[in-house]
Amino acid sequence: MRLAGFYGFAALVVLLPLLFPNDYFVIVVGASAGLHAILAVGLNLLVGYAGQISLGHAAFFGMGAYASAILTTRFGWPGLLALLAGLLVAGLLAWLLARPILRLRGHYLAMATLGFGVIVHVILVQATDWTGGPDGLSGIPPLNLFGWTVEGDLQWYGVIAAAMLLAIWLSLNLVDSQIGRALRAVHGSEFAAQMMGIDTARAKTQVFVVSALFAAFAGSLFAHQQAFVSPDSFNLAVSVELVTMVVLGGIASTFGAACGAIALTLLRQGLVVFEDYEMLIHGALLMAVMIFLPQGLFVGLGQALRTGLRRCGLGRRRDRHRSLSTAGVQDPGSPP
Amino acid sequence: MPEQLFQFLLTGITVGSLYALVGLGFALIYNASDVVNFAQGEFVMLGAMLTIALLGAGLPLPLAALAATGLTVLVGLLLERFAIEPALGAPVVSTIIITIGAAIFLRGAALLLWGKDFHRLPAFSGDAPIQLGSATLLPQSLWVLGGTALLVLGVRFFFERTRPGKALLACSYNRTAAQLVGINVRVMLRLAYGLSAGLGALAGILIAPITFSSYEAGVMLGLKGFSAAIVGGMGNPMGAVVGGLLLGVLESLGAGLISSGYKDAIAFLFVLMVLFFEPTGLFGHKVAERV
Repeated sequence: MRLAGFYGFAALVVLLPLLFPNDYFVIVVGASAGLHAILAVGLNLLVGYAGQISLGHAAFFGMGAYASAILTTRFGWPGLLALLAGLLVAGLLAWLLARPILRLRGHYLAMATLGFGVIVHVILVQATDWTGGPDGLSGIPPLNLFGWTVEGDLQWYGVIAAAMLLAIWLSLNLVDSQIGRALRAVHGSEFAAQMMGIDTARAKTQVFVVSALFAAFAGSLFAHQQAFVSPDSFNLAVSVELVTMVVLGGIASTFGAACGAIALTLLRQGLVVFEDYEMLIHGALLMAVMIFLPQGLFVGLGQALRTGLRRCGLGRRRDRHRSLSTAGVQDPGSPP
Repeated sequence: MPEQLFQFLLTGITVGSLYALVGLGFALIYNASDVVNFAQGEFVMLGAMLTIALLGAGLPLPLAALAATGLTVLVGLLLERFAIEPALGAPVVSTIIITIGAAIFLRGAALLLWGKDFHRLPAFSGDAPIQLGSATLLPQSLWVLGGTALLVLGVRFFFERTRPGKALLACSYNRTAAQLVGINVRVMLRLAYGLSAGLGALAGILIAPITFSSYEAGVMLGLKGFSAAIVGGMGNPMGAVVGGLLLGVLESLGAGLISSGYKDAIAFLFVLMVLFFEPTGLFGHKVAERV
């Protein structure tokens, strides 16, 4: 029963390409939305559940992508091995950075993660010998999964959809595990969590590494899917967009993050027709959602729906961890 | 080498003054509202672009600069009224996204108004470089340095000697207490946004003849100003000024001695190092968290 939402979502993801097998919007934009969903679900563990902001997450995304790109094109590594190497690099760096960075709070943490993202982006642009500089790297071979080569938009949709469902399933289970409860305690009050005997530094390090791994994983898939990477896909604007996806969907909700990612990807795709007005509308929408639905699009709407149902005497009671997690949505750094 | 070093220092201090002014704007708004205004860089861009546009429309430079500053202040006030006030007390992540949304919105508006081209404001007093020993200095750099010094002194005077300044300071210490002694916190909030937008616009006007301006010019400037404010300790205006100067000098030295391509990475590496050893900046006060 706990995973009922998950199965429903999975059915929808499988059903869509069966209904619209040749629809560009479903297959190609859908695959892109799926990648973003993996990134957002991973980042949500850090931002939503642990309450630690990161404005540099595109760096880990880029590390996975460039690890795959460099290792497959220059050294002829098989795709899966390169993917594992990317996970290793991103995970290791996240582990090294976690303690000094997550010691910071509020805006200082925002600054540090932002700075980290800018540094990685500058390296991607400048280390031309390795990364191809601003022009990027092309000719990344297709991904080979145990003898099956992933080719064509529809197959990529399948691979990314499977990866996304795996990411969501992992996240749902992680959140309900001991680590997940420790993280929510950290979000509520770090001191109180320490008093309860939670090793908060360790919990924060773990979640930082896990969310970096999600991002690097998405990065590797992205590199193979596009067959091309360039630094522009991993700059500050992307990091900001990832945080926006998490917050837009509704913070501290795995499905909220996934839906936020999908909604923002579709929105950006839809806004392209406005050409020069795209930025203006994008900015205005960001402000409007945050002002009028501060809990996010999906959590906000979901809550309104649930209250409505309860008022009609329908629907079940809110389970306790849900109310805990939403009550915890408050900045740990701001004065009470 | 030492001559070159002097040149790097001069360049660094000029750029650093700009970061200092932007950082000062960050600190003012943070003090009044606990919000980090990511649209601060866009105020700088608006100041420069509006001046260029008004100059192009035939206004004399001083008048164009004045009008551009006034218009930017108006934008700052509108931002406060329609985007910040409704979201007061929201979590940090929400306010960050709101101000980033505002920044994207302003950038989008500038793109519509002025296109993607780079625009340049003519230097206030000619382009003939001044020889200083082995180093050269643009006359415009003197305007930047002098302007920054005046503005920083002005802000200090405002906080230490005037009633509104002291009231604003009181709000930054404790908003509830300030309200209890009869300070209108709302008005103070607007004052902070207007002041900060004006400072940003003036910074943009001073630097536009050196760096050129475009609709995107505010992005990096905003980040550097934020860095300056963070290095100095968030909410400490004079700390932001010192942070900005430090950042400018280090960045210029790094660009000259190591690699110009890596200058932004060097600047942010410095910020990270500062934060790793001083988690609340160089001059920030330690905060105790209530459980």
